[in-house]
Amino acid sequence: MKTKAGRISKTTKNDLITYAMVILAYIVMQLLVSTGHVSSLIQGLLVPFCTYAIVAIALNLTVGILGELSLGHAGFMCVGAFSSAVFSLAFKGAMPSGLRFFIALLIGAVTAALVGFLVGIPVLRLRGDYLAIVTLAFGEIIKNIINALYLGVDANGIHFTMKDALSLNMEEDGVVLIKGAQGVTGTPNDSNFTVGVILVLVTLFIVLNFIRSRTGRAVMSIRDNRIAAESVGINVTKYKLIAFTISASLAGVAGVLYAHNLSSLTALPKNFGYNMSILILVFVVLGGIGNIRGSIIAAVLLTLLPEVLRVLSDYRMLIYAIVLIAMMIFNWSPNAIFFRKRVKQRLTAGRKSGKEA
Amino acid sequence: MALLEVKNLGISFGGLRAVNEFNISVEKGQLYGLIGPNGAGKTTVFNLLTGVYQPDEGAILLDGVNLTGKKTIEICKAGIARTFQNIRLFGDMPVIDNVKVGLHNHYPYSTLEGILRLPRYYKVEREMNEKAMELLKVFGLEDYADYQAENLPYGQQRKLEIARAMATDPKLLLLDEPAAGMNPNETKELMDTIRFVRDHFDMTILLIEHDMKLVSGICERLTVLNFGEVLAQGDTQDVLNNPEVITAYLGS
Amino acid sequence: MSFAAHLINGISLGSVYALIALGYTMVYGIAKMLNFAHGDVIMIGGYVVFVTVSGMGLNPLASIIISMAVCTILGVTIERVAYRPLRGASPLAVLITAIGVSYLLQNIALLVFGSDTKAFTNVVTLPNLELFDGQLVIKSVTIVTVIVNIIIMVGLTLFVKKTKIGRAMTAVSEDQGAAQLMGINVNGTIAVTFAIGSSLAAIAGVLLCSAYPALTPYTGSMPGIKAFVAAVFGGIGSIPGAFIGGILLGVIENLSKAYISSQLSDAIVFSILIIVLLVKPTGLLGRKIQEKV
Repeated sequence: MKTKAGRISKTTKNDLITYAMVILAYIVMQLLVSTGHVSSLIQGLLVPFCTYAIVAIALNLTVGILGELSLGHAGFMCVGAFSSAVFSLAFKGAMPSGLRFFIALLIGAVTAALVGFLVGIPVLRLRGDYLAIVTLAFGEIIKNIINALYLGVDANGIHFTMKDALSLNMEEDGVVLIKGAQGVTGTPNDSNFTVGVILVLVTLFIVLNFIRSRTGRAVMSIRDNRIAAESVGINVTKYKLIAFTISASLAGVAGVLYAHNLSSLTALPKNFGYNMSILILVFVVLGGIGNIRGSIIAAVLLTLLPEVLRVLSDYRMLIYAIVLIAMMIFNWSPNAIFFRKRVKQRLTAGRKSGKEA
Repeated sequence: MALLEVKNLGISFGGLRAVNEFNISVEKGQLYGLIGPNGAGKTTVFNLLTGVYQPDEGAILLDGVNLTGKKTIEICKAGIARTFQNIRLFGDMPVIDNVKVGLHNHYPYSTLEGILRLPRYYKVEREMNEKAMELLKVFGLEDYADYQAENLPYGQQRKLEIARAMATDPKLLLLDEPAAGMNPNETKELMDTIRFVRDHFDMTILLIEHDMKLVSGICERLTVLNFGEVLAQGDTQDVLNNPEVITAYLGS
Repeated sequence: MSFAAHLINGISLGSVYALIALGYTMVYGIAKMLNFAHGDVIMIGGYVVFVTVSGMGLNPLASIIISMAVCTILGVTIERVAYRPLRGASPLAVLITAIGVSYLLQNIALLVFGSDTKAFTNVVTLPNLELFDGQLVIKSVTIVTVIVNIIIMVGLTLFVKKTKIGRAMTAVSEDQGAAQLMGINVNGTIAVTFAIGSSLAAIAGVLLCSAYPALTPYTGSMPGIKAFVAAVFGGIGSIPGAFIGGILLGVIENLSKAYISSQLSDAIVFSILIIVLLVKPTGLLGRKIQEKV
């Protein structure tokens, strides 16, 4: 029998392995880059690796820990991306890039958290399928609004409209920051691999410590049995909202990283729409629902593979879909669970009788 | 004054009168049984007492405090804890964490302190672990602390549910068919556990049960429900010998 | 007059949503699962008609029957392979699997037919109805869609109420466990539900593509989601609710396109879903279900 101290060190050890894995991958990659072993194609993927790892961890917090399916996380990513990009563009040249990016990061995280909180209040009252479809709806609403939004700044302050750039009615010196469907252009390129990895580590720190805390346990108790959680005095709404807000905020952080890696940012279906939300979900499911380390590995591998194996790229989505279905059936089908339990019992029983004999 | 005082409690679902003019008075430290045929409204009474349903009329007083119309969380904080007929554990969590969720409201630190692992996190978590292990020991579950709750044997799951309820530090413990699905040996063990909980924690216990051996073995007083109404009430032996009760159980 | 025209366009769109919503609501009402892939079965139905009519020069009616057969087989296969193993699993797992199936169908279509838009030939060759000297045109496909909707609604209602399988469906929708104990073949009943839902999807596919003749692998996805919104709006599980919800949603979408903003019309449609679920989660004609403790 393991001791209690053993249990604590076991989860801690597990977490440390996750951190070490990220740091090790970073060091290896940096060595390879500095010795010229990495193609420009892969170098261009380094920041996206981090972006997708962060948003996958964020979604896993909602799906694996809170136990609800969000199909709107691309929307929170979108909010983080646009709010931070607008800030960075407006203050281009006005402050050192490091400080600017740091503030942009905070703005992205806080705005996404705020939107997540506001979306969460109505959404988290619903359950299961309805919750999923409503998060999808919110994600699409966010994308649509940003696509229709014009935002500019001049001597008189900030102007915005949903019509067109002319309706902003700005002075001569005015600058248009968001041009409707054309989005934001000229965002400073403030993110790089090192920044990305630091953000992955910070995300990990927040999420892993959250799960191992009193609040995290309360959230997981709601996931496992809402009625029992209420019966022992857990405030269901409050803890759901905390988890969902943190999750949205971290998706916003991924959006900040995304926005500052590209010079032009548009809210297309493929980067911030429902399809992106599904892709993030694929990362989470293939990495293992509730398995944070798995999310990182899946996000990186599934971003890398289709780029490296060009042959695969045509079939990539098809393969994802098949693997997704197969994984779900294998992991969740009552028959499969029963089968696995029986095999496990056989193995342990075999060991026991072996001992006796 | 009694610890739990329930007056004229009633609730209807649609046209069905599930509970009608239900009165009960449980003294501190008592082991009280609530029995009756299937569908008599026993679990509905528990759901009313714990705020899962709101009564149409009547009042619930715990230690003189009016709990009528309060929500489940508030009732838990006021001191009523319960177990469920169909076991409701936090199945994917370790056994010890099930108890720690029960301790949640008594060992506070903020979410931020937890994420940043400030000193209070370590201090409170250590205290929680000690308290949780202490409770697990009481129920003989200390060796299972790291098991996933849903992998526990059935009898142990029932005990864990009681341990979790006790972790909320209640004044009154409600047990909904604790012996359901148990074999005679397990039931005997459970009777010892219930008696032990009462003596060790000086707990007041109200339980629903069908197993007459358990009821006559440990309950001091009984209330019999039939079709949502109180059929008989009093000392265990008197109630069990009441001809009306026998008819209700065996059919006329 | 322009308002009347927008209204008629809205009904035209709404009648397609209604047709899709009928399939959604049946499957959701009976199998208690959100079949995310329903919209993509519609898309497959559209491609089958496209290939048989434009490619093989088949008579439209024959091609619709082929399309219905293909979709029925497809629907039953999906249910058997992907959904049945997960019966009794957590709703989250079922939903993710359904999303996987939707993804799978889209990508199969992408590989087989390519991503380019196919110009669909309208199979409804009847003349349009022109009112007020041609100032107001009601397209024949709209009229046909509304009529088909009504026929299907009446047919489904009679089927559920009068036939043995229909009553078995009602029983399964109430309580799968109890239905099983009463000797009802639950798996078989759900398979029949999927067969009917999918054959309706084929009809919806043909009429969707006839009204909006651009066919891509993603054609079914957004109308599918909106049709689910319509089904929720009307009250999930309710056959007339799906029709009313669909028509209303189409009208709202078209009027907001015309009078508010074409870019925000989707946002408005989805806002309706959110409002309905928060204010009246059972929808216009749905029933309330209580959770058992």
